[in-house]
Amino acid sequence: MSDPHEGHHETHAAPFPHGTKQDYVTGFILAAVLTAIPFFLVMSGIFSSERLTAFLVLICAVAQIIVHMVYFLHMSPKAEGGWTLISLVFTIIVLVIAVVGTVWVMYHMDANMMPGMMTEPPAN
Amino acid sequence: MAITGQEIESSFLFGRLTLDKFPLDVPIVVGTFAVVAVGGAALVAVVTYFRLWGYLWRDWLTSVDHKKIGIMYMILGMVMFLRGFADAIMMRLQQVWAFNGSEGYLNAHHYDQIFTAHGTIMIFFVAMPFITGLMNFVVPLQIGARDVSFPFLNNFSFWMTVGGAVLVMISLFVGEFAMTGWLAFPPLSGIVASPTEGVDYYIWGLQIAGVGTTLSGINLLVTILKMRCPGMTLMRMPVFTWTALCTNVLIVATFPVLTATLVLLALDRYLGMNFFTNDLGGNPMLYVNLIWIWGHPEVYILVLPAFGIFSEVTATFCGKRLFGYNSMVYATICITILSYLVWLHHFFTMGSGPSVNSFFGIATMIISIPTGAKVFNWLFTMYRGRIRFELPMMWTVAFMLTFCIGGMTGVMLAVPPADFVLHNSLFLVAHFHNVIIGGVVYGVFAGINYWWPKAFGFRLNEFWGRVSFWCWVVGFWVAFMPLYIVGLMGVTRRLRTFDDPSLQVYFAIAALGALLIAAGIGAMLMQFYVSIRDRDQLRDTTGDIWGGRTLEWSTSSPPPDYNFAVTPVVYDVDAWQDMKEHGYQRPLSDFKPIHMPRNTGAGIILAGISTALGFALVWHIWWLAAVSFLALILGAILHTFNYNRDFHIPAATVTATEDARSRALGQAGQTA
Amino acid sequence: MSTPIITEPTDPRVFHPEEEPHHPEGHSTPLGFWIYLMSDCLIFATLFGTFAVLGQRYGGGPGPKELFDLWLIALNTAMLLFSSITYGFAMLAMHRGDQKEVMKWLGITAGFGLAFLAIELYEFNHLIHIGAGPGRSAFLSAFFTLVGTHGLHVTFGLIWMAALVLQVRKHGLTSANQRRLECLSMFWHFLDVIWIGVFTFVYLMGMI
Repeated sequence: MSDPHEGHHETHAAPFPHGTKQDYVTGFILAAVLTAIPFFLVMSGIFSSERLTAFLVLICAVAQIIVHMVYFLHMSPKAEGGWTLISLVFTIIVLVIAVVGTVWVMYHMDANMMPGMMTEPPAN
Repeated sequence: MAITGQEIESSFLFGRLTLDKFPLDVPIVVGTFAVVAVGGAALVAVVTYFRLWGYLWRDWLTSVDHKKIGIMYMILGMVMFLRGFADAIMMRLQQVWAFNGSEGYLNAHHYDQIFTAHGTIMIFFVAMPFITGLMNFVVPLQIGARDVSFPFLNNFSFWMTVGGAVLVMISLFVGEFAMTGWLAFPPLSGIVASPTEGVDYYIWGLQIAGVGTTLSGINLLVTILKMRCPGMTLMRMPVFTWTALCTNVLIVATFPVLTATLVLLALDRYLGMNFFTNDLGGNPMLYVNLIWIWGHPEVYILVLPAFGIFSEVTATFCGKRLFGYNSMVYATICITILSYLVWLHHFFTMGSGPSVNSFFGIATMIISIPTGAKVFNWLFTMYRGRIRFELPMMWTVAFMLTFCIGGMTGVMLAVPPADFVLHNSLFLVAHFHNVIIGGVVYGVFAGINYWWPKAFGFRLNEFWGRVSFWCWVVGFWVAFMPLYIVGLMGVTRRLRTFDDPSLQVYFAIAALGALLIAAGIGAMLMQFYVSIRDRDQLRDTTGDIWGGRTLEWSTSSPPPDYNFAVTPVVYDVDAWQDMKEHGYQRPLSDFKPIHMPRNTGAGIILAGISTALGFALVWHIWWLAAVSFLALILGAILHTFNYNRDFHIPAATVTATEDARSRALGQAGQTA
Repeated sequence: MSTPIITEPTDPRVFHPEEEPHHPEGHSTPLGFWIYLMSDCLIFATLFGTFAVLGQRYGGGPGPKELFDLWLIALNTAMLLFSSITYGFAMLAMHRGDQKEVMKWLGITAGFGLAFLAIELYEFNHLIHIGAGPGRSAFLSAFFTLVGTHGLHVTFGLIWMAALVLQVRKHGLTSANQRRLECLSMFWHFLDVIWIGVFTFVYLMGMI
């Protein structure tokens, strides 16, 4: 993934991973499609099942995050001796623990301690 | 709409700050201020008289040398330790006094600030600087590096920590500190219950210091990953470096949670939002949940490096390789991961129900397994070793005895039904002091006694060290055993007065213990004074006073600016021991110029501006907040235009320094 | 230069390298900045978690369906996505050493960034105007804070971009400036990743 034109000028002190023009264009097209699909799904309401829509929207989001990581942030298992990928995986683990844990804990907390406050509908 | 607190008068120029915010009517504060003012004036006078300002500025305050920054962290920790301990002794005195209808000598307004300040200061501005200071000083030396990855950032991080400490200290004399307990739970810390500046001091003091902590965590983490000398694979790193690695991972992964949580609290207070209020859908329990996601890993941030210190000390003073190096490393990693899965045990009683409580209770108990493995490793290292009971080793043995009991009471608290009885009691207070003093504080003291000769080139006085040791160890048990007992009987924490006269004797014993600890601290200060006075008798010229096993002992004491004239190559876990066993010869010639970072004043200036910003936000002085915020951004941008950031130490200077070392080694009658 | 080579013991052991390991200025920056981004990611994780808990507590006030206009959000998303690829073009120009092109693409990126901020401010202003400000309910507090924090990051990214334009104009594409442009690139694309989370969980999920 190194740019063939590199070397016209001062060499890099820092080994940042590079992308090519093709990477960026591919990434952009994929990202645009993966953005358009969920917006369309929600705005058109094409599926009557809310669960199905939510699931598909979620799939698109995960796919798009991966697209960004690969084509824009140039993630690869090799960069920095693997430390960037390891730190990313670790961050995702911590993130999932914190967010899922919080939702789980707070759900039980609300159910036990504040019954009735969870289900209030929005005012219309 | 959102309910805001009572209206507080505010002027354009000084915000909410008025003359009556200076507590001139409180004799204790005025007296303290007089002592601080006289002491400060004396310090300024001495520095001016000996014309040390230039030296201080050039060689210390603006220094990017990790060793000097480490030492400055230790000084910060020591100063704040005295403040935090003063709070402790005031609490002990109040609690033994306020019986039989007596109100004691502290009113509730003052007493509540004291217990809040004690906890906040001891964790954020004593334990954290001590641990960060030791990591800063030792880690680059242990991995054979000449500095950290980002030397300027290191200086900036230190001064941000100082900025937070300064803000908390200002609250003693200008206005008041929080009266909420050290984690400032809402709704008590919300704008309705705490409309004044106390909680704001807490928020901004912690936020400013938190920036420093996070950046220093990133810095040390990258240093360990990228700056190790040739041959030092991960599984050849000294155990202290391993624990430092895990601690910095925890810092980077948890301090953002603290930052975000305090931002939410600040938004509630400043902009009338409803995260943790009782109205419009706000949920105070969410704050408790979020802050403990940071709070539990925090205790491992503190104790893991202490475990590392004990590992180094045990191996060195038993003259043996550490038993079970691999299991030590894996236990450390296990604790790192598990520390994320237990936060709810701090609020079992808040009502999450059986499924949640069981999960977190079991996860908590599991942590005792890797911790137990560590204790066995230390014991097996000692087994059939030639143990030298020097001061660092004495602290280590005291730690093992104390910490095991503290850990045991921790397992008791991890059982949810038992926690319903013990929660919020003095039993809990005794438990966490048992692990934090027995683990972190003893670890720091072992570390100070162990690495002081490396930092300054002379040993610490043995006699006063022993006096301090025995006062501390005995004083600790006398002070906290009674708290375990009354806690088990149901006495809750943070009480200011007592109704039951039969309890007084326990608090009298606890106060006596606190006085013994005070004697221990006095003896320690005496130890520093006597050692500095007698430094020529205590001098160490070998650089390897204890017969050390890791790379920091291969260089001179104190190490030269560049740490290592020639970068070492490592073949074994105990690299320096391996070098000694294989007839290592110190290179004496052919030195090359060494590339080093240049000192800069940008760190202290930017941190100073941040502190001014914090002060402005506390007092709602909006013009100052705006000005200092703009100055901060402008200053940071201007700093990037400074390209004069590094220099080379000429080969001749390196040769001269190394020749001087050869002469010193010759005089000591030793060859390395 | 990154991970030390595993050295097998030789006999006799050589305790000093033939050549001093060289750590040029900024050699740790890519990893250091990445780890900073990871910690920033956890700030957002906390805000997402908060939104997940409080996002349905309307306090008797309006909910997402009364407040959000998905066409506006789609427009905003497009702005950020365009700015991502234009920043990518700036990086490609930088690798070619073409300073003029770098400046041009940075300018275009900043334009998209400003448009994004303008749309976001318009939305915020509109919400506050109709009485759905951040103090109205826990849901709105969480919404404004999460989206606003992302917006603040974009603002800082723009200030940083302006500072780098000045730097490059003054000193050219030196290695230090290339390093800074690379860091800003990571920061900018990272903000786009966060935005995916924002429009998915806050806007789309709220409107289903």
